[in-house]
Amino acid sequence: MAYSDKVIDHYTNPRNVGTLDKSSSKVGTGLVGAPECGDVMRLQIEVDDNNVITDAKFKTFGCGSAIASSSLATEWLKGKSIDDAMTIDNMDIVEELALPPVKIHCSVLAEDAIKAAINDYRVKNGLAPIETEKSHH
Amino acid sequence: MNIPVYLDNNATTPMDPRVLDAMVPYFVQKFGNAASRNHAFGWVAEEAVDYAREQVAKLIGANEKEIIFTSGATESDNLAIKGVFEMYKDKGNHVITAVTEHKAVLDTCKHIEKLGARVTYLPVKEDGLIDLAELEAAMTPETILVSIMYGNNEIGVIQPVKEISAIAHKHGALFMTDATQAVGKIPVDVNADGIDLLALSAHKMYGPKGVGALYVRRKGPRVKVTAQMDGGGHERGMRSGTLNVPGIVGLGKACELARLEMTEEAARLSKLRDKLESALTVLEESYVNGNVEHRLPHVANISFKYVEGEGLMMAMKDLAVSSGSACTSASLEPSYVLKSLGLSDDLAHSSIRFGLGRFTTEEEIDYAIEVTKRSVTHLRELSPLWEMFKEGIDLNSIEWAEH
Repeated sequence: MAYSDKVIDHYTNPRNVGTLDKSSSKVGTGLVGAPECGDVMRLQIEVDDNNVITDAKFKTFGCGSAIASSSLATEWLKGKSIDDAMTIDNMDIVEELALPPVKIHCSVLAEDAIKAAINDYRVKNGLAPIETEKSHH
Repeated sequence: MNIPVYLDNNATTPMDPRVLDAMVPYFVQKFGNAASRNHAFGWVAEEAVDYAREQVAKLIGANEKEIIFTSGATESDNLAIKGVFEMYKDKGNHVITAVTEHKAVLDTCKHIEKLGARVTYLPVKEDGLIDLAELEAAMTPETILVSIMYGNNEIGVIQPVKEISAIAHKHGALFMTDATQAVGKIPVDVNADGIDLLALSAHKMYGPKGVGALYVRRKGPRVKVTAQMDGGGHERGMRSGTLNVPGIVGLGKACELARLEMTEEAARLSKLRDKLESALTVLEESYVNGNVEHRLPHVANISFKYVEGEGLMMAMKDLAVSSGSACTSASLEPSYVLKSLGLSDDLAHSSIRFGLGRFTTEEEIDYAIEVTKRSVTHLRELSPLWEMFKEGIDLNSIEWAEH
């Protein structure tokens, strides 16, 4: 399968690889996917008092498209308010990375990871999790 | 050294230039139909086919009259299994095979099941070998055929064919083997091994694609298969169709070269393979799949835990290798062969098959070691599973969101 230049770029030079302190109340962690399925993404955000994402980190077990999707997601998250971050749609990732149909599930996983991280942050800070449509898979 | 380095010789091999040289005259000058009995063009072609038949027979210790040319191992497998089932169905309807067989065997067995066959799919042990006691227990008076591959295409494991054929014969069944990966790589002898039918292919042993053969025993017992293609009655009536003369010449030459160079080549390849394997299993949490005593000299199948195979192959883009099954990897499903060894899905997803070949050099193996080590290390730095493993978290204790 041929990968797009952007996938190769993110795969070769992944942005924001790493780990934030998941016990901190400012940090939200999303862990999605399953090893048996060949994809696991962990995406973390650090949020300031104005609900703005100041830092984002990821680690991903998966194919090149999964790694690129999560790398791109961390780039997009930094500087966004968590409300804006909630609006990131998997199809934006598909478009940006020119993912083929067989790799759309990677973008879905990235969207799920973003939402899981935000909800983890909300719950930690006494807010109700935002309902997300669970229809992707 | 050419980049990318080709290490997928189980999928196909490059053609040996000596094979091409042998084939060339049979395209333009010596183009005759081997079935044309009344002129020199036909005689020349027939002579070339007869010579190739001897070359093929000699490699597997057969008589040349026992070689049926086909389009490749898939056709040979189909002809053997469907042909035996049709020919011997009055004797019984039971066939035994194994879960790690190639799809050409498994899907053919599925096909005859629809026609009334009963098929037993033997499981394999953790090392990929079948359990002979289970085979023995599966035999019935209705069993007409046991079909077990010689060497496995994904893990290289060599089944105990001599013992398997003895069990089959004791119960009055025929023994067939898909020897696509073994012929030309290790000594295969149809008499010593007790083989009644054997499938082989040219392009796995440095010959051209689109040509192969089926060995069909003529004596002790005389085996017959019902033709699966109707026409001019070529190949003793078992396989109609004008013979692919240049391809057959190429197959013959490939067999001859393999026979003459096998001993030296197998020793060289197993040394290189062992070098690759020992260098890569130095990496933490890496495991060799399949029995390491009984296997083909040129195959290494290694799982690098906590790294996903497809992602790994992308990092190793300068190496042409395969992850899971080369034939089914488009489905993104982990390899059924590895799963049948009892590997969990995640380990099956983490596997890479290295297939060495005649043109693999030590320099290439050194390069492959370096690239693989670097890539596995890089991807583990990106892997949340590796981080959890390092922190001592049991991955089975996590409730994963299935998707």
